[in-house]
Amino acid sequence: MKMKNFVALALAGCMALSLAACGSTATTSETSEAATGEQAADTTEATETTDAAATGSGFTVQLGPNPETLDPALNSAIDGANTIITIFEPLLLVDENNEVVGGQAESWEVSDDGLVWTFTMRDGLKWSDGTDLTAKDFEYSFKRLADPTTAAPYGQTVVGMIAGYNDAVGNPDADGNMTTEPDFDALQVVASEDGKTLTVTLSYPCSYFDKIAAFASMSPVQQATIEANGDGWCTQPETFVCNGPYMITEWTPSERIVLSKNPNYVGGWDSSRIVSDTITLLLIEDDTAAYAAYNSGEAQLIKSVPSDEIPSLTPAEDGGDFYIDSNLGTYYISVNCQREPFTDPLVRKALSLAIDREYVADVVMQGTYSAAHGISCPGITDADGSQFADNANGGEPYISSDYDANLEEAKALMAEAGYPDGEGFPTVTYSTNDQAYHLPLAEYLQSAWAELGITVNIDTVEWASFTPLRRAGDYDISRNGWVMDYDDPSNMLELFQTGNGNNDGKYSNPEFDAAIEASKVADKATHYEQLHKAEDILMEDMGCIPVAYYNDFWLQSPSLQGTWHSPYGYWYLQYGYVE
Amino acid sequence: MAKYVIKRVLMGIFSMFIVATLTFFIMNLVPGGPFVAEKSISVAAQQALEEKYGLDKPLGVQYLNYMDGLLHGDMGLSLKQRGRTVNQIIADKLPISCQVAGIAVAVALCVGIPLGCLSAYHRGKWADNVIIVFATCGIAIPSFISSVLLLYTFGMNLKLLPTTGLNEPAAYIMPVTALAIYPTAYITRLMRSSLLDVMGQDYMRTARAKGVSSVKILFKHALRNAILPVVTYVGPMLAMLMTGSFVVEKIFTIPGLGRDFVSAINTRDYTMIMGTTILLASLVIIANVIVDILYKVIDPRIKLK
Repeated sequence: MKMKNFVALALAGCMALSLAACGSTATTSETSEAATGEQAADTTEATETTDAAATGSGFTVQLGPNPETLDPALNSAIDGANTIITIFEPLLLVDENNEVVGGQAESWEVSDDGLVWTFTMRDGLKWSDGTDLTAKDFEYSFKRLADPTTAAPYGQTVVGMIAGYNDAVGNPDADGNMTTEPDFDALQVVASEDGKTLTVTLSYPCSYFDKIAAFASMSPVQQATIEANGDGWCTQPETFVCNGPYMITEWTPSERIVLSKNPNYVGGWDSSRIVSDTITLLLIEDDTAAYAAYNSGEAQLIKSVPSDEIPSLTPAEDGGDFYIDSNLGTYYISVNCQREPFTDPLVRKALSLAIDREYVADVVMQGTYSAAHGISCPGITDADGSQFADNANGGEPYISSDYDANLEEAKALMAEAGYPDGEGFPTVTYSTNDQAYHLPLAEYLQSAWAELGITVNIDTVEWASFTPLRRAGDYDISRNGWVMDYDDPSNMLELFQTGNGNNDGKYSNPEFDAAIEASKVADKATHYEQLHKAEDILMEDMGCIPVAYYNDFWLQSPSLQGTWHSPYGYWYLQYGYVE
Repeated sequence: MAKYVIKRVLMGIFSMFIVATLTFFIMNLVPGGPFVAEKSISVAAQQALEEKYGLDKPLGVQYLNYMDGLLHGDMGLSLKQRGRTVNQIIADKLPISCQVAGIAVAVALCVGIPLGCLSAYHRGKWADNVIIVFATCGIAIPSFISSVLLLYTFGMNLKLLPTTGLNEPAAYIMPVTALAIYPTAYITRLMRSSLLDVMGQDYMRTARAKGVSSVKILFKHALRNAILPVVTYVGPMLAMLMTGSFVVEKIFTIPGLGRDFVSAINTRDYTMIMGTTILLASLVIIANVIVDILYKVIDPRIKLK
């Protein structure tokens, strides 16, 4: 280490010199080359030590910036969830084959009517501080999720189907105001006296509650540390109590989090495969910096790949280290269905058909997205385990990939709607925030819709104002997108139900709403059938315009083994090791 | 002098009050709020959060509550970094930014002043020209370019310096260099022009006529007067650098305060916006008072009123 510092200091000198002597480039590069040669021995030595340290002790990854919170109940971000799944363990887990397996619960049973779910806990469960973990901790955690004072962003999503939820949140009226005193104890989650079983009673048969029980937000939290330390319990390693394969031992906000193997871990993951002592998460915010950390060997996996570099990277299927994998999410466009002229489904369809989705995915978005032909994305499973999207619309894509034919149809639809060649069509505004590919797409849409004779203005809105603007329906057309929380098509389709908080397009069709309601049954076949029907209706009305499916892309060094990426957008790191 | 300092401190407090008040009301005028997210939270949860942080009260009451807390040194809870207080965040991060900034300022002074003197001394000769070219580059190149260049060259390609964090002494080299380039270049130019100005003065001619050696003229007579503009510049510069640089901290993943200035505004973390603004304002005010006192020390002719 000392030697390395000396080299670094010497370098700083060189750097200052090279900066001062702008003219003599040749000499400078010679000097630095000589310096590198001379120090070669030391560098190898240093590399060897880092390698030795890496194999035994751990690896380093970059999966996002500083997480806003690591409280499972409060987190709503993918970066947070990525850490939470490594340090916490819910009742159930999703394994590398995307199947639900036992986590903290050893087994589970569902009553015939699909309403009562009984989870049997594993023996000898422990918190990372060594104290016992029982079903009672899950009861506490689930009730905490329902409590409005916790303000859990996923509360409604993950415990909303449990009986007693309405009483727990104070029976809100149509405007969301409470009509009774909230009583989170009303939530029908009961732990047995011995803490061995947890019984959850649902208010309707939610056939995918096993997937919910495996969701990061459903991780248990320890009442003792929360009561002793308040909201701050999860901000420092000393008070951070968790139950997953790893635990937090160091957190320098905005710099790094160091996870260490949890010695008290008992759960669904195979302990013999948890081999690395530490996992370091670099909290790098800047793409370029992440790329530099990867190339310098400081990180073995990075998620923030600079888009400028993508064309020059070698994909994994060609033997490279650049990976692309689908993610349960769809990039779509919200059209304000309450506003003229978008109240007319013909107009919405025309707008949709005028988009060349292959061009958008491959060129505008540089191949990091895939063309979307429906709102349900690849990765969602159907009743028989096949792909839901493949079975949609009787096996036909909702939107054909024949762009030329589509465009002709779009023009015909515009004429039918009373706007031949865009005559009489008002100038419309496309609202977007300026991140990633949002603006390039907006510019593409401007040209694509110009083909229909439509003039589009782009309104760039800053992120914090963008979400409220969309939610209030204060726009003509805007970009939108949804990354799913669990593998059930309802999670995507429910967004378009009348009154849903995220129904930004204010799409409303009683038939669609009825299909969604009819899907809430214990019978899986009916469940999926109704959801297919709902998507059919949505796409027929073009209640939203799907554009592209999300993918995750990342760089991973061949030396890092044992990790996997799931369609949920998570990286599972617990089995990771460096060869 | 004591009277002067007291007067300046009182004025400083008054300025801070104005800054805090204006920031408070302006930030509340901006659309959006701290609890807005892609995933909407229920109305009840929103109300519970607003109640918890006192955002449910009328703006005037919120303002009075905030000011009351501020008088007791309490800047409240961060609205976005839940469970952390603004005081704690600043206490954790400010020292890191200060450390990097302190080294950068020291480097800027140690390099900038001699270079400026050298340049003025050799006015019109090749050394002067080289230094001026360097100084112009340093001012013209923005820090996000120099940072990325440094990172790519020394971190990624040569693999000589760590790219993230500040875990070892070598990790300071790149961020400090990136931070110091602009002030170094600026000080060099400032020093050069100010020294040239002073050297043209009558008393310098007198000294030279008396046969005082040129080295002595430079260091004893000229430098002392010529350095005043540099001192003026260093105060506010130090305050700005101490509160952290958004770009440099982001690129080198330094856990300093710089990023919070920007992210607090983007996420409408009201208490953080107030905290960082008040901090910056107070540092600038303090730095200016210190600079004024330094004036008096350097040039006894200056009277502080």
